[in-house]
Amino acid sequence: MSQNNFRIITNGILADNPTFVQCIGLCPTLAVTTSVANGLGMGIAATFVLIASNMVISLLRKMVPDEVRIPIFIVVIAGFVTVIEFLMKGFAPELNKSLGIFIPLIVVNCIILARAEAFASKNGVIASALDGIGMGLGFTIALMFLGSIREILGAGTWLGNPVVSFEPAMLIVLAPGGFIVLGCCMGAFRAIQARAAKMRGLGATPAEARPAGCGSCIMAKFCNKTDEECEVK
Amino acid sequence: MTLTELFLLFLSSIFVHNILLSRFLGCCPFMGVSSKLKTAQGMGAAVVFVIVLASLMTWLTYNYLLVPLHLEYLYTLSFILVIAALVQFVELALKKLNPVLYKSLGIFLPLITTNCAVLGVAVLNMNEGYGLAAALVNALGSSLGFLLAISLMAGIRERIEENEGIPDCLQGLPMALITAGLMSIAFMGFTGIIK
Repeated sequence: MSQNNFRIITNGILADNPTFVQCIGLCPTLAVTTSVANGLGMGIAATFVLIASNMVISLLRKMVPDEVRIPIFIVVIAGFVTVIEFLMKGFAPELNKSLGIFIPLIVVNCIILARAEAFASKNGVIASALDGIGMGLGFTIALMFLGSIREILGAGTWLGNPVVSFEPAMLIVLAPGGFIVLGCCMGAFRAIQARAAKMRGLGATPAEARPAGCGSCIMAKFCNKTDEECEVK
Repeated sequence: MTLTELFLLFLSSIFVHNILLSRFLGCCPFMGVSSKLKTAQGMGAAVVFVIVLASLMTWLTYNYLLVPLHLEYLYTLSFILVIAALVQFVELALKKLNPVLYKSLGIFLPLITTNCAVLGVAVLNMNEGYGLAAALVNALGSSLGFLLAISLMAGIRERIEENEGIPDCLQGLPMALITAGLMSIAFMGFTGIIK
């Protein structure tokens, strides 16, 4: 595998992690991370849709008129979501039940539409598939990480096996825990990134030197990218 | 459903099963557009409008088109198309008929197509097998719950902005998420009101 292809994959896992860096696709992230198994299931489902829709959209990119590209992307994505829904119903009915409406809602997961728009509609089939793999892995890892924290602290188990000796805090598994755990993890991720940038002697770009679109971006404080390099906007 | 049941459904969809704080639908705008009270209310109002209309349209599509043709499995595809078309249509209609309203809601409308609350409520209505009245009541309640939660959140965030003691790494989104968690705990207190 060439250097460039490898970078496309690692980009999705670390530098542009959809959950911790780009902060998109929050709803499924919050809702399904009540356990590791749910997080893993959702991650695999979203990765499948990402890879498949990225490839098809990349193949269609020269045929689709610019004005109607978003509806066409959505139809392609919705088609694959229907496929994964059938597969889950057939092969993993338990998982399908616990993920509930978040399977059909993969259609409106911003990660998938964002990758279609930002990457697949501009790049070749193989690069788009690799981008799908990278982003999907990044999403899956983030979901499993959050799922692990919530399952260990909230239910005292990991993948269903008891692991802790203290009394688990139910609240972490319930709705409030989702918000609080994600908030804390995001804060920690940013603190680590800021420290790493400091150690490399980079420091954050001063506010005036930053490109215009960064005002609302959560990474603006720690980001060193120029306007062209930014993929979040 | 009797009138009492409809009323209970209305209350439970606003408070007990709040669409944002307990069902996790529509979190992107909840985090993205909640830093100013005024824009948050604009977004909330647009969402109320679109969710109620979209629930009506998707209910009709499902019960009068997909069920008779035995194409229920195409619901994801048809719902998202109906919603996207509806949002476009509403945007055009508002622009022509009510420019004042368009000015305040217009910028939020394109964002709503990919708001999972709209599709989410439509799918929930279908899964629960609600009749038309129940579906509309659920849609109205859920979207009012959205308006309530996003307005509260924006009010709190405006106050947080003035606070200088927050560490760098928690400023903005992480702090908003933790705040949402605390609000969610408060909303859990409503669980007992409806059996």
